[in-house]
Amino acid sequence: MAGIVIGGVQKRFGDFQALRGVSLAVAPGEFVALVGPSGCGKTTLMRIVAGIERQDAGTIGIGGRDVGGLRAADRDVAMVFQSYALYPHLTVAENIAVPLTMRRLSAWQRLPLLGRFWPGARAARAAIAADAAQAARSLGLGAMLDRRPAQLSGGQRQRVALARAIVRSPRAFLMDEPLSNLDAALRVQTRREIVEIHRRVGATTLYVTHDQSEALTMADRVAVMLAGEILQVDSPARIYADPADLRVASFIGSPRINTLAAALRQDGAVTVAGTPMGLRASGEAGEATLALRPEDVRLDAHGPLAVQAEHLEFLGESTLLHARHAVLGTPIALRLPPGAAAPEGTFRLGFAPQRALVFGPDGRRRAAQALEAAHV
Amino acid sequence: MSETMALARPRLGAGGEALAGLMLCLPATLAYLLLLLLPTLAAVLLAFTDYELGAPALAWIGLGNFEELLGDQGFRIALRNTLVYVSIVAPVSIAGALALALLIEAAARGRALFRAVFFLPVVSLPVAMATAWQYLLHPTIGPVNAVLAQFGVAGPAWLTSSDTVLLSLAFIGIWEAIGFNLVLFLAGLTAIPRELHQAAEVDGVTSAWERFRLVTWPLLGPTTLFVVTITMIRAVRVFDSVAVLTQGGPNRASEVLLYTMYTEGFTFFRLGYSAAITLVFLAIVLALMLLQTKVLDKRVHYG
Amino acid sequence: MRLLFLAALGLLFLMPYLWMISASLKPLDEIFRASLDLWPEGGGTLRNYARVLEHVPVLQYLWNGVVVCAGILFFQLLFAVPAGYAIAKLHFPGRDLLFGAVMLGLLVPYHVPALPLYVGFSALGMLNTYAALIAPSVISVFAIFLFRQFFKSLPDELIHAARIDGMGELSIVWRVILPNALPAATAFAIFSVVAHWNDLFWPLIVVSGADRATPALGVLTFRSEEAGDDFGALMAASVIMTAPLVLAFLLAQRRFVEGIATTGLKG
Repeated sequence: MAGIVIGGVQKRFGDFQALRGVSLAVAPGEFVALVGPSGCGKTTLMRIVAGIERQDAGTIGIGGRDVGGLRAADRDVAMVFQSYALYPHLTVAENIAVPLTMRRLSAWQRLPLLGRFWPGARAARAAIAADAAQAARSLGLGAMLDRRPAQLSGGQRQRVALARAIVRSPRAFLMDEPLSNLDAALRVQTRREIVEIHRRVGATTLYVTHDQSEALTMADRVAVMLAGEILQVDSPARIYADPADLRVASFIGSPRINTLAAALRQDGAVTVAGTPMGLRASGEAGEATLALRPEDVRLDAHGPLAVQAEHLEFLGESTLLHARHAVLGTPIALRLPPGAAAPEGTFRLGFAPQRALVFGPDGRRRAAQALEAAHV
Repeated sequence: MSETMALARPRLGAGGEALAGLMLCLPATLAYLLLLLLPTLAAVLLAFTDYELGAPALAWIGLGNFEELLGDQGFRIALRNTLVYVSIVAPVSIAGALALALLIEAAARGRALFRAVFFLPVVSLPVAMATAWQYLLHPTIGPVNAVLAQFGVAGPAWLTSSDTVLLSLAFIGIWEAIGFNLVLFLAGLTAIPRELHQAAEVDGVTSAWERFRLVTWPLLGPTTLFVVTITMIRAVRVFDSVAVLTQGGPNRASEVLLYTMYTEGFTFFRLGYSAAITLVFLAIVLALMLLQTKVLDKRVHYG
Repeated sequence: MRLLFLAALGLLFLMPYLWMISASLKPLDEIFRASLDLWPEGGGTLRNYARVLEHVPVLQYLWNGVVVCAGILFFQLLFAVPAGYAIAKLHFPGRDLLFGAVMLGLLVPYHVPALPLYVGFSALGMLNTYAALIAPSVISVFAIFLFRQFFKSLPDELIHAARIDGMGELSIVWRVILPNALPAATAFAIFSVVAHWNDLFWPLIVVSGADRATPALGVLTFRSEEAGDDFGALMAASVIMTAPLVLAFLLAQRRFVEGIATTGLKG
């Protein structure tokens, strides 16, 4: 078991700065999800960790050793590709055996035809086949050892890719959007299975995804990446409830967090369209942004926000009410509990001040606290 | 179903579509019957007759032409020469093209330039290039022997000695075929997903040879099979260089199937006999295609 | 290393061209001295070219080549595009039979029907005509197959939308299918022109004399009848006849390579 330490990695493709000095540490045995929209550089970062691509600057350490100069083959990591990258001409068993064959057999033993007669080759090959079969069985592929990838369903191919990764107990797992080619139901199931494997094997895992729900449900810690930078690394709960940056708050959470243009008065009070919000925030006075999760907003006849109803969106377990701020015109969404009557026309909204998030004009989080008896 | 069909074809019923389909195919069908099917069948029938151009009548002689072929020294030589030619040109031009393709694909620099250079013979008039080769290989004034003379070697009379003529023709054939094969291999190489090479790297593959064995060669299988078939078929069809440079000589040392067919048919006007040679040629081509589709295809497609 | 090796090999590949051009610029006595200098002494002479242009109807050959290639291509497309479209997208009785016939036709090299076709043209008194040069190639089963594959990959919605917009079947072919067939047609055109410009077999059979000779036949005739061992003139003629297609290739390399690769791989 080994941790991964990424230090100040930069990468540029032509004029495009893909990575702007990214640092991230994954502790031994930890599962870290790297989440961000497509094109944010997360896959590039993973390929650099794997050794498929070279960074322009910065260091990669695996297990306390600088592997920056090593080839992918010598880094002893396993990678699950988005397309699975199974060898189409090899059977399931042979696919899973490839990493073992490459590591345990000598070049002579790997020779076509002749290699089989090299001393020790027979025993080594038998051991490899047994290990591969063992890995396949642990993922429920025991009955499919002799099939080719083209004869498998998407979910089965995905498991073969996983089996090929776990078969040699690598120092770290790298997974590049491994679930994005599966249908929704299978994705949820496989999500659980990967977490299960991680728990069982306990291997250090770096998991790249654009799907925040994958990141939040699977990972010990989530790293949010945008435009070639990691903005925050934290536990899923804190990433959601305690985002350090407005972009993180906006990216994480579905439906999206409500953002309202706000102002910070000299005394620290937060106002929206001149109305005090019952909050005090730290930092310089001036422009700010007030962000509220839809589930933290509620109907409140005495609430500080006057809004105009727009339309309802029925989600099953709840209903989303879309409204607009009466003065600013900014959209605000809130979750109505099932069965709640939907208001019409103009009405008022309130929120729990301890859950409100305030961000400065630079997008950084400002500490905020509720003002006692600040209700207007 | 019927409702959507009605929506999809507002102007035409099924009858109108059928009519349109038939009309659109009519010109091609007529041309096909008249210019391809009919003459081909006629050629097959001709092979069983003693027809000679200008002869007043023709007689059905069954397998007579084929019996004559079996005893015909000239035909036997032509068949043997063709097979020798194919068995030199095909392996060398295929292996050479594959090696070149791997080299060219290995890095971005010079890719377009080299591809163009090696492809040039494919678009060059073969008759003209054969003439150029004749000059290059000329025993006394040709640059090739002039270079050999610098090293104190007396070069042979490449195209006029029965020992070297087939080899020389095969060399020209390789020169012509390699660019075509190269382009096909390059197309096949770009079709291999890059992730597969990367997966191999992560799986512990370090040497170029191992990467070739694990990924490139198996995934290039369909391309290679196609290149093998088409190269052999094109080589069986060798005609231009023989017609220009040697006319089958000296002493029949470069007689090949199509050239024999040509001389029998259009110089001696023994059309029946010539048609029989054509059928042998057709049988070889068909056998090669059969080999591709029935036998080898299953080995290179991993579905 | 890689570049060096490729460059050396590439140079070797270009040798025939270099020597061909070099010899075409040398006076005969210099050629016969078998010197290894690529560069002609005294900067070379254009006399070989003058002699070729004087004695050989070069322009006639080139023009014949253009007429034959254009004629063949025109009819090939005229027959193959509608048929390929109909087989790919329309339902009509006999469609599968037609496609079977196309696949069967792919198996037959064009040398096979050559004998009876020659007899036919000879009987009709049509030897030495453009028609005899063009007609046997106007039906290309390969073209039908290629266009069928290509149209098969176009979405059905495109055609359905055109029908809903009120187009008849023929105007669908003309306004929707043809513009969309352009990439496939370009690839096929390159394949077809290269094949027929370079073909020797069929012109050799049906044409004698200069009037209708194609470039390939022209070089052959010049070689066997007039030039003999006059390599200077022979090389000059070869350069002239090879140049058009080679220049076209150099101007549109990517298209040529892609055209040959796509038609090659589907064939």
